[in-house]
Amino acid sequence: MLFLSIALMYACSKNEDEITPDEENVTFAIPSNFPKPAYSFENNKLTNAGFALGKKLFYEARLSADKSVSCGSCHQQFAAFANLDHSVSHGVDNCQGKRNAPPLFNLAWQQAFFWDGGVKNLETSPLNALTDVCEMKTDIETVVKFLKNTAPYPEMFKRAFGSSEINSQTVLKSITQFMGVLVSGNSKYDKVMRKESGISFTSDEQLGYNLFKEKCASCHAEPFFSDFSYRSNGLDLVSTDEGRSHISGVQSDFGKFRVPSLRNIEYTGPYMHDGRFYNLDEVLEHYNSGVKASENLDSSLRNGISLSSSERTQIKAFLKTLTDNEFIKNKLYSES
Amino acid sequence: MKLSQYLLALLCPIILLTSCKKDGDIISADTKSSFTLEFEHQVNGASLALNTSTYKNAKGEDYKINVFKYYVSNIKLSKADGTSYLIPESYFLVDESKSASKLLTINDVPIGDYTKIEYTIGVDYARNFAGAQTGALDPINGMFWTWNSGYIFVKLEGTSPQSTATNNALTFHIGGVLDPNNTIRTFSAEINAANPLRIRTDAKPNMHFIVNAASLFTGTTDVSFTNLNFTMGGANSVLVANNYAKGLFRLDHIHN
Ligand code: HEC
Ligand code: HEC
Repeated sequence: MLFLSIALMYACSKNEDEITPDEENVTFAIPSNFPKPAYSFENNKLTNAGFALGKKLFYEARLSADKSVSCGSCHQQFAAFANLDHSVSHGVDNCQGKRNAPPLFNLAWQQAFFWDGGVKNLETSPLNALTDVCEMKTDIETVVKFLKNTAPYPEMFKRAFGSSEINSQTVLKSITQFMGVLVSGNSKYDKVMRKESGISFTSDEQLGYNLFKEKCASCHAEPFFSDFSYRSNGLDLVSTDEGRSHISGVQSDFGKFRVPSLRNIEYTGPYMHDGRFYNLDEVLEHYNSGVKASENLDSSLRNGISLSSSERTQIKAFLKTLTDNEFIKNKLYSES
Repeated sequence: MKLSQYLLALLCPIILLTSCKKDGDIISADTKSSFTLEFEHQVNGASLALNTSTYKNAKGEDYKINVFKYYVSNIKLSKADGTSYLIPESYFLVDESKSASKLLTINDVPIGDYTKIEYTIGVDYARNFAGAQTGALDPINGMFWTWNSGYIFVKLEGTSPQSTATNNALTFHIGGVLDPNNTIRTFSAEINAANPLRIRTDAKPNMHFIVNAASLFTGTTDVSFTNLNFTMGGANSVLVANNYAKGLFRLDHIHN
């Protein structure tokens, strides 16, 4: 009888999905130089099956109106999940959006999403791309219906969430498992910070790091290389994109955008919210000589940031230490 | 002795089984019962008919309504002694085009005489930013803004010859919870103590509300469709919310 009780106890604790012993568990690993994340997976338990489903959905072009565009079309792994060579996004029907697709990594530490911070929870971040007429141009009802009728999705949902019932919540939660696991924290910079043996900056990189801390880190703060605030760095006298004020409704936010992370910056061009700059030289020239006196220009940029050519070389050398090749090449995140 | 041992052995797994259920408290049938909330949609006293009837706003402008839906959430009942009961997970989307949505059944309410009802017109702050939701809050219902997280609390769409928008459209999507454009409003009604909401095991009362769609356009500021025919959050949504806070809901009567 005792045995039976134990068996029953076991039966009611056992709703986790079974993991075959030789399969490696997908984990959400927090690098030791990172703080506590904002998204904790507490209400969205990370499992291999959930992650695998989320990844499949991320790369599923059949979700879009003309079956040609997936999340992965605009968020490409080799560009740290930004969109290579596209200044603004390019959706179904060849529609040109108005903003540059940001890279996707370390999203679990972000409190808000999009250039204007309009989206507040990682789980709801896929909705805009799915429904925007200029991105995937579909609706959730259509997506859910498609998944219900298309193998192997019902089976995958069952494995991931214990039920083959598919709804918007499980779709969003699985995509979130995939996106949340995208952690980039193994750049040379990280290894130097963690004092991993045998790894140190070259002298140019070190000089660049010093310059960076002096001139850039007030906005591009470590360890994410963003303080996640909204600011204007003087791209235009009058911005054509409202930016943050579209969300906050406050005029003093007009033309402000979220300070972007600079991790993997070597691969995430073109740069800025509208992808106007194609390389880092153009970016540095902007700070050196191109800052416009926009209405809400950040006060620290009133006189620009003067940068000699050797300083630019050093800053660029440092910025390249933010490249995380393990992340960009990690097969776990690849389409197949 | 022997028998009790068997009994214990038999009980053991049963206890274990119940102990792995979710922790919610056990409801004994004789202390809780249910009631219904019924929402009757009108426009200044005339019954609301989508797409067909023409109404007049306070400025004398004609308009028709094609879509009318809104959230009612966090329903709270209070007794004369000041104690209250918040109905857990009470999120409802009431939609003129879905008649079943206009009659809400609330179960598991502690029996008693209630003299006040309060609820949020819209969705509380936290749920606007919570993760993927189901039920009334499922984004599939078309009441969630994908570009600026949060719910549309009240949605009224229609037409007016006075509207300067394409196809003379009226688009009133009211929502947003951040200052200075917070549009969360609450409704509360005192219930006549002589005829309180009597929740009993043998009586399931019905509360009948009149919902006046025209209240969006008058009350604090009279809206002219020439100037205001489109809002999706922001200052104009606040103006409309301030209007309907005054007159969207009226508790008409209770059938005990
Ligand atoms: C047509 C190109 C395109 C497609 C397809 C696309 N995105 Fe995006 N994504 C963008 C653009 C552009 C932005 C920035 C939008 C803005 O700031 O207004 C963005 C922003 C994001 C962000 C916010 C990142 C941040 O740092 O704030 C997330 C998360 C995201 N997309 C996930 C997805 C997912 C998941 C899918 C598939 C369901 C998807 N995207 C499909 C172009 C795209
Ligand atoms: C006052 C705050 C501030 C300072 C100081 C600052 N930046 Fe920026 N930076 C921003 C903002 C805001 C953006 C995004 C602007 C936009 O897209 O509208 C940005 C964008 C960038 C981008 C483009 C990133 C991308 O993914 O598109 C790069 C690269 C960059 N900054 C590098 C630097 C460097 C290097 C320095 C120091 C020399 C620096 N920034 C100093 C605020 C700042």
